[in-house]
Amino acid sequence: MSTQLSKEWPLWEVFIRSQHGLAHKHVGSLHAPDAEMAVNNARDVYTRRNEGVSIWVVRAADIVASSPSDKGALFEPANSKVYRHPTFFPMPEEVKNL
Amino acid sequence: MDPKVNYLLRLGDNALVLSQQLCRLCGKGPALEEDMALSNVALDLLGQTRLWYEYAAELEGAGRDEDRLAYHRDAHDFKNCLLLEQPNGNYADTMMRQFYFDTWHYFLIAGLTHSSDARIAAIAEKSLKEVTYHLRRSGDLVVRMGDGTAISHAKTQAAADALWMYSGEVFTYDAVDHAMVDAGIAPPADELRTQWLAHVAEIFADATLAMPPKDAWMQSGGKQGRHTEHLGYILAEMQFLQRAYPNAQW
Repeated sequence: MSTQLSKEWPLWEVFIRSQHGLAHKHVGSLHAPDAEMAVNNARDVYTRRNEGVSIWVVRAADIVASSPSDKGALFEPANSKVYRHPTFFPMPEEVKNL
Repeated sequence: MDPKVNYLLRLGDNALVLSQQLCRLCGKGPALEEDMALSNVALDLLGQTRLWYEYAAELEGAGRDEDRLAYHRDAHDFKNCLLLEQPNGNYADTMMRQFYFDTWHYFLIAGLTHSSDARIAAIAEKSLKEVTYHLRRSGDLVVRMGDGTAISHAKTQAAADALWMYSGEVFTYDAVDHAMVDAGIAPPADELRTQWLAHVAEIFADATLAMPPKDAWMQSGGKQGRHTEHLGYILAEMQFLQRAYPNAQW
C-alpha cells in the first residue's frame, strides 16, 4: 500500500440476495479500503436484520452506466412492441418469483 | 463462591465490560461502517453476557438476576480480565484490544462447545458464529492498519506492544479455572495459548507487525477482582442509573 494517506476509502456498491432463488438486488453503497473489508462492512451495515444469504460488492467506479441523454434511443423503440411481452402464457400458481 | 458460578461470572464480566467499552464509541466511530460494526459486536457481547449471567444466577440461587449482577456489583466483585478494561484509546488501541480478546474468545468458545456442562455447551454453540465473525473482522482490520500507511503501522505496533502485557491473563489459570478443567467444563490453558499464539503470529506476519516476546511478564488480577483504575470509571457510567434510581425500569 502507499505511504500516502488517502483521504477517503473508495466507494462500493452493495448487492444482497435475500433468499435462495432470488437475484442479488442493489441495496446501497458504503466505503471500504478493499474488497474483503467491503464484504465485512456490507454485512455489518446491510444485513443486521437478517436480510441476506449472499453479498456482492463492486467498486462504484467500475460500474458502467447508460447516459440519461441516451434514454430515447435506448428505450423508446421497445415501447411500441407489445408482442415482445409474454402475456399470453398462463403461469401456474405454484411458480413464485418469476 | 461455587467455582462454576465464579467461572460463569468471569465469562459474563469479560463480555459485559468490553461491550460497554464499545458502546461508548457508538456514534463516534472513525467511519459509519466501523461505527455500526462496533455496535454490532457490542450487542453480540451483551447478548452473551445475559446468557452467562442468567445461568450463573440460577446456579447461585441467591435471588440475583442478570440486572442485579450487572448493575449492583462494585469493581472488586467484577472478574473480567484487565485487558477488557483498558481504555479505547485511538482506533489501533481499540482494535488491538479487540483482536487479542477475539482470538482467545474464539478458541475458548470453540472449546466450550465440547463442555461437559450441557448448558455451557449450548451457550457456546449459540455464540460461536458471532465470535467467528468478530475474529475475522478484527484480524482483517489489524492487517489493514499494520500493513497500511507509515502512521497506521506505527500506531498499530504501539498498540500491540502496549496491550501485550494484558494478553496473558486469560491463560493464567487459578483454582477456579483448574476446577473447571478437571470437571471437563473448560479447555486447558496451554491448548488455548498455543492456538492463540499461532493465530496472532499469522495475522501479525500479514500485518507486518513485530510480535512482542512470548515469555514477557504478564499482568494479572482481574479475575480475582484486583483491577486497574479504569474499571471504576466504566462501572460508574454503566451503573449510574441503577445506583441513583434503584430498580428503575423502562
